[in-house]
Amino acid sequence: MILTKAQYDEIAQCLVSVPPTRQSLRKLKQRFPSQSQATLLSIFSQEYQKHIKRTHAKHHTSEAIESYYQRYLNGVVKNGAAPVLLELANEVDYAPSLMARLILERFLQEHEETPPSKSVINSMLRDPSQIPDGVLANQVYQCVVNDCCYGPLVDCIKHAIGYEHEVLLRELLLEKNLSFLDEDQLRAKGYDKTPDFILQVPVAVEGHIIHWIESKASFGDECSHHAYLHDQFWSYWN
Amino acid sequence: MAAVLESLLREEVSVEAAVRWIARSTQSSEDDPGEAAALSSLRPLRKEFVPFLLNFLREQSSRVLPQGPPTPAKAPGASAALPGRPGGPSRGSRGARSQLFPPTEPPSTAAEAPPGRRGGRRRCPGPARERGGRGPGAAEEGVSGESPPWAGGRRLRSSGNPSSPSLALSDPPNLSNLEEFPPVGSIPPGPTGTKPSRRINPTPVSEERSLSKPKTCFTSPPISCVPSSQPSALDTSPWGPGLPPGCRSLQEEREMLRKERSKQLQRSPVPTCPTPESGSPIPTRTGNLTDEPADPARVSCRQRLELVALVYSSCIAENLVPNLFLELFFVLQLLTVRRMVTAKNNNLEPSPDALDFVENPLFQSIHDCVFFAVRVLERQFQVLSHLDKGTLKLLAENERLLCFSPALQGHLRAAYEGSVAKVSLAMPPSAQAVSFQPETDNRANFSSDRAFHTFKKQRDVFYEVLREWEDRHEEPGWDFEKGLGSRIRAMMGQLSAACSHSHFVRLFQKQLLQMCQHPDGVGGPVLGETPDVLSMLGADKLGRLRRLQERLVAPQSSGGPCPPPTFPGCQGFFKDFILSASSFQFNQHLMDSLSLKIRELNSLALPQHEPSDDGESDVDWQGERRQFAVVLLSLRLLAKFLGFVAFLPYRGPEPPPTGELQDSILALRSQVPPVLDVHTLLQQGLWARRAVLTVPWVVEFLSFADHVVPLLDYYRSIFTLLLHLHRRLVLSQENEGEMCFLNKLLLLAVLGWLFQIPVVPEDLFFLEEHQLDAFEADTVASEHGLDSVPVVDQQLLYTCCPYIGELRKLLASWVSGSSGRSGGFVRKITPTTTTGLGAQPPQPPQGLQAQLAQAFFHNQPPSLRRTVEFVAERIGSNCVKHIKATLVADLVRQAELLLQEQLVTQGQDGGDPAQLLEILCSQLCPHGTQALTQGREFCQRKSPGAVRALLPEETPAAVLSSAENIAVGLATEKACAWLSANITALIRREVKAAVSRTLRTQGPEPAAWGERRGCSRACEHHAPLPSHLISEIKDVLSLAVGPRDPEEGVTPEHLEQLLGQLGQTLRCRQFLCPPAEQHLAKCSVELASLLVADQIPILGPPAHQRLERGQTRRLLHMLLALWKDDFQGPVPLQLLLSPRNVGLLADTRPREWDLLLFLLRELVEKGLMGQTEIEACLGSLHEAQWPGDFSEELATLFNLFLAEPHLPEPQLRVCELVQPNRGAVLAQS
Repeated sequence: MILTKAQYDEIAQCLVSVPPTRQSLRKLKQRFPSQSQATLLSIFSQEYQKHIKRTHAKHHTSEAIESYYQRYLNGVVKNGAAPVLLELANEVDYAPSLMARLILERFLQEHEETPPSKSVINSMLRDPSQIPDGVLANQVYQCVVNDCCYGPLVDCIKHAIGYEHEVLLRELLLEKNLSFLDEDQLRAKGYDKTPDFILQVPVAVEGHIIHWIESKASFGDECSHHAYLHDQFWSYWN
Repeated sequence: MAAVLESLLREEVSVEAAVRWIARSTQSSEDDPGEAAALSSLRPLRKEFVPFLLNFLREQSSRVLPQGPPTPAKAPGASAALPGRPGGPSRGSRGARSQLFPPTEPPSTAAEAPPGRRGGRRRCPGPARERGGRGPGAAEEGVSGESPPWAGGRRLRSSGNPSSPSLALSDPPNLSNLEEFPPVGSIPPGPTGTKPSRRINPTPVSEERSLSKPKTCFTSPPISCVPSSQPSALDTSPWGPGLPPGCRSLQEEREMLRKERSKQLQRSPVPTCPTPESGSPIPTRTGNLTDEPADPARVSCRQRLELVALVYSSCIAENLVPNLFLELFFVLQLLTVRRMVTAKNNNLEPSPDALDFVENPLFQSIHDCVFFAVRVLERQFQVLSHLDKGTLKLLAENERLLCFSPALQGHLRAAYEGSVAKVSLAMPPSAQAVSFQPETDNRANFSSDRAFHTFKKQRDVFYEVLREWEDRHEEPGWDFEKGLGSRIRAMMGQLSAACSHSHFVRLFQKQLLQMCQHPDGVGGPVLGETPDVLSMLGADKLGRLRRLQERLVAPQSSGGPCPPPTFPGCQGFFKDFILSASSFQFNQHLMDSLSLKIRELNSLALPQHEPSDDGESDVDWQGERRQFAVVLLSLRLLAKFLGFVAFLPYRGPEPPPTGELQDSILALRSQVPPVLDVHTLLQQGLWARRAVLTVPWVVEFLSFADHVVPLLDYYRSIFTLLLHLHRRLVLSQENEGEMCFLNKLLLLAVLGWLFQIPVVPEDLFFLEEHQLDAFEADTVASEHGLDSVPVVDQQLLYTCCPYIGELRKLLASWVSGSSGRSGGFVRKITPTTTTGLGAQPPQPPQGLQAQLAQAFFHNQPPSLRRTVEFVAERIGSNCVKHIKATLVADLVRQAELLLQEQLVTQGQDGGDPAQLLEILCSQLCPHGTQALTQGREFCQRKSPGAVRALLPEETPAAVLSSAENIAVGLATEKACAWLSANITALIRREVKAAVSRTLRTQGPEPAAWGERRGCSRACEHHAPLPSHLISEIKDVLSLAVGPRDPEEGVTPEHLEQLLGQLGQTLRCRQFLCPPAEQHLAKCSVELASLLVADQIPILGPPAHQRLERGQTRRLLHMLLALWKDDFQGPVPLQLLLSPRNVGLLADTRPREWDLLLFLLRELVEKGLMGQTEIEACLGSLHEAQWPGDFSEELATLFNLFLAEPHLPEPQLRVCELVQPNRGAVLAQS
């Protein structure tokens, strides 16, 4: 499926300052019915991540955290069942999962002697039942479940997509009878950075010689192409 | 120098700063301003520092060891390299070498020195200088005393000489020496006046040298001594370090001569002396030569020694000294000093005053010498560790080293044990017989039948001459010119046609390469025996014989650490042939041909080795290294002969001209184009980073230059290039893309040797700096070249530079000399006799086989040989790869199985991974022996086909089968050699990788996953992707959790479909990775909780926005089935009873408990959760804070669950039946 640059730009345009929720994604789907949900989600996710990278710092000042925490506390005192945290995140234009993490961290700081370790926080985000405060647990869970760009569930989905596409790619290569070496074989041979697959006999696709294939299982926008080239691809020359 | 050393000693200047100062003219930013100031004031002396330091050390040691014990190695070795044997009897070879200082020094050496200072101190410098080894020195006597200030080393007045005690005239302490080191900056030596000393020479430690000195004294006019009350600065002979200072008058010298003669007489009848000219002493004979033990506790003036050692080592490390190995040799000489002249140092107690620094002898005892040597060696460990195994062994076993620096000794021992660099100092025999070149010398290449005939005849004559030479050249009294000269000239006379010349030259050159390509060209069979006799000895005994021969012959093979260029072995034949032929045409053709071949070989694209991806390519790598060695040695040989022929017309016994004559010669010679554009080739080599190939042959070429050559602009620029290269080869720098260590060492060795060649003026080395910088920019082009590939190994290094072996000989001689005392380390080599030559035992099949193979190839076209060798190489390499893929891979699989067992028996942690690895390796490595058998089979199977495919169809069957057999043999040899050496390491490495891989993937919860099943056989992998499912379930969860729009919801059908898909996905494992399954499990539990709490919004008319009970129950049944049958990982079912999920129920009105109860009972029923586990979860629920009524209902549920253990299906219906009024039912019960 080839997406033109214009189409891509149009999609990206729609994604400016949109909260990463189910509703947003649904609207996007209605707007671009010709694109698959996976494509839209991938683009959405990337655009949103870029957005978060830009704005991340301002949510992490101690004043910001403090004011979020107070707003959260006030909110749950009024109504613990209301989506306080989720709305807070949407209001300040921050990812709900990340907001949940912020508040959880702040909460644990207040209630435990030792500052919480990263692994404890991660584990609580994965399984909010471990959060000692029932209301907060529900709030956190709500954030995590409603966030379509961040959070443990999304991470898992991304990982699964990556894995699946590698498997798919392998199947396709086998089907097309292309001989290849996969990452494990390459690593065993001592390569440090390895593409997913190196073709033992190069093939030509649309006039380009293909030596290796890396499955990134994400939408290749200009920015990520650039970053990957820098981090990984340039070292694969062979 | 003194000023610098003093400021160092006073700690005004750090050693680092000083060395930076010496190495670079500009002040570096790292320097402390104070240091910089101290040094910049000394700036004019900067360039003289290194020469002064070297001379200072030599001089100091010479006084301490005026007649160092002549050890078997030193006598021939060291003395030959010494400057102190001027114009010795053999000027041609060794003598030329010993004349290290060509008398080309402009007479204006020290013209700028203030005359006032000079005059008073000048004392009969003539004899001293003559002794020291200047050539025709009389003309220079007047000025030679006026050496630059720094050259006026302080002479210790009291250095007595035991062999001539009466001569121990002493100078008064030279306290006025500071005059020679005037306040900084007051003497600005002019550029010509600062010509560095030419005294950089090895220590004179042999009696040999002092024998020859008096002889030359006779040639110099006797000059009466100035009374010894004079300040003694200038009487120190810069040219003859080691001469007792008192020995100044002719009478004294005659006296000395007499004594030495009588010594010589005593010595000469010693019959076992292997080298007639060495006069090596038998240790027992020299009663006064008992070794003095060295004791670290008795070192005097440690600080000063440390400091000088540090400066000296730094200079060595920065390549500020011309010849690294010469310095190492010197240091080893100091280390192995046997005996010490007792210095009468009554008034020379080590003084803390730095001003006495240069006055006090540096080495006051053996302890000092050894201490100094050990300190320097410690800093040169890197170089030492790259020497050959034999040298390392000798170093590691040196008890003085052990005594003075156990740490260094430990390192050396470790290096020795780890070293694989066994180097034979003797040369491998060249088994090359005379060869014919039918393919180039056939009729088609000749203009006429007659020319062809003539050529054939000449060829016959040539080989006849060669054979005769082979047979007779070792006979005493046989002379090349007398024996063969006329025949050669007659033959050359017949070569009328120009094309015949070129044919003959080609033959000559091929023969040269064939015979002399072997290391150092020492062809010729062992001990002059024919190979037939030797091969009867068998490989083992032959090896012993060789080692014995090596020990007997090797010390003579080169003359000291800096031997002159020579033509050893067969090369002698070709040299003499050229000389005897004395044919201009021949020489010209030869030069053309040599130049062509050099260019060809120099530009040969040697395979560039990719950074090894794994061990198996070692096999190929060996071959490439060997190929490099062959090319390099050929180039060196060709370049040597090219240099010899090209400079032949200009070389003569007479001293080089000086003055106007020289100028006119220079003007003339500068017009002559060089025979080969060495400069361009060198530059290209540097540019392409192939210095390791180019420089060695350029050095060989230049080593035959005549005295005028270094003065010519063209060659001067070559020397400049080489000098800059030398300076940049800092061994301690090992950056990415830098030259490999041994490559550097080879270049340093050959360059150092070149800089010591008599024709190379010494001031070249201590060149003006400003030329240095221009070079740096040129050499930035650093793509991967040969330089950064480890092409040089120790064998090649020692082959190219046999003089490095002198280090080993020096150490060995020390050991053998002291063997009487310490029991000795030299292992005896006992050759065993053969069982009578008459019996003619059958030749060992291997040796004969090799000879047969050689003979076979001889008669076949060379392409056959190339093919066979190529096949053997490839098959051998493939064999290793094959073994790796089969045998080793199997072993790795076994290892993985064993590891699993281990993990099961030992529990989760499985113990220490390193220990595990050891266990596995000890079990598996013995299987490596199979590799050899399998390898042999592989080669046997594969080689013949390949040979057959590559050789022409028409090859006769017999030839074909022979070729096949040889290929099999060679391939097997190659593969088995590699396998037997490396298989264990290979298995180890692979098993290690497998172990760490297994341990990693096992991760924190290895056994919990239990047995994993794959897809069923019929699976076509069309199930929905896990990522899609997680995403879908997540959507449902988020809908349920809210917030949601009023119109949002799911249909019951969708839910059912979703669970159906989940089942499919779980049954097709193709795309499922463990984390995804974990999340799916968790999400399914959450979904169940929401179902139980009836929280899932259902699309439909407002009245029916809830699931019907039956639907819910069906969905729960589906989930239960999935949990039971399809999930392969653990499902976190306890989450169903987490406070948060149970809390979902609290929000529903009316609360509905029956679904939860149903679910719990089903869980127990299906064995998914234990009764007690559920009870525990329910129990802990009480701890949470609930609204009052909810707590009560919870308690009721708990009781209900307890009261109806294990309810069968029908009874569950009760719950369903009571559903309409469930709250009441619960309250009642």
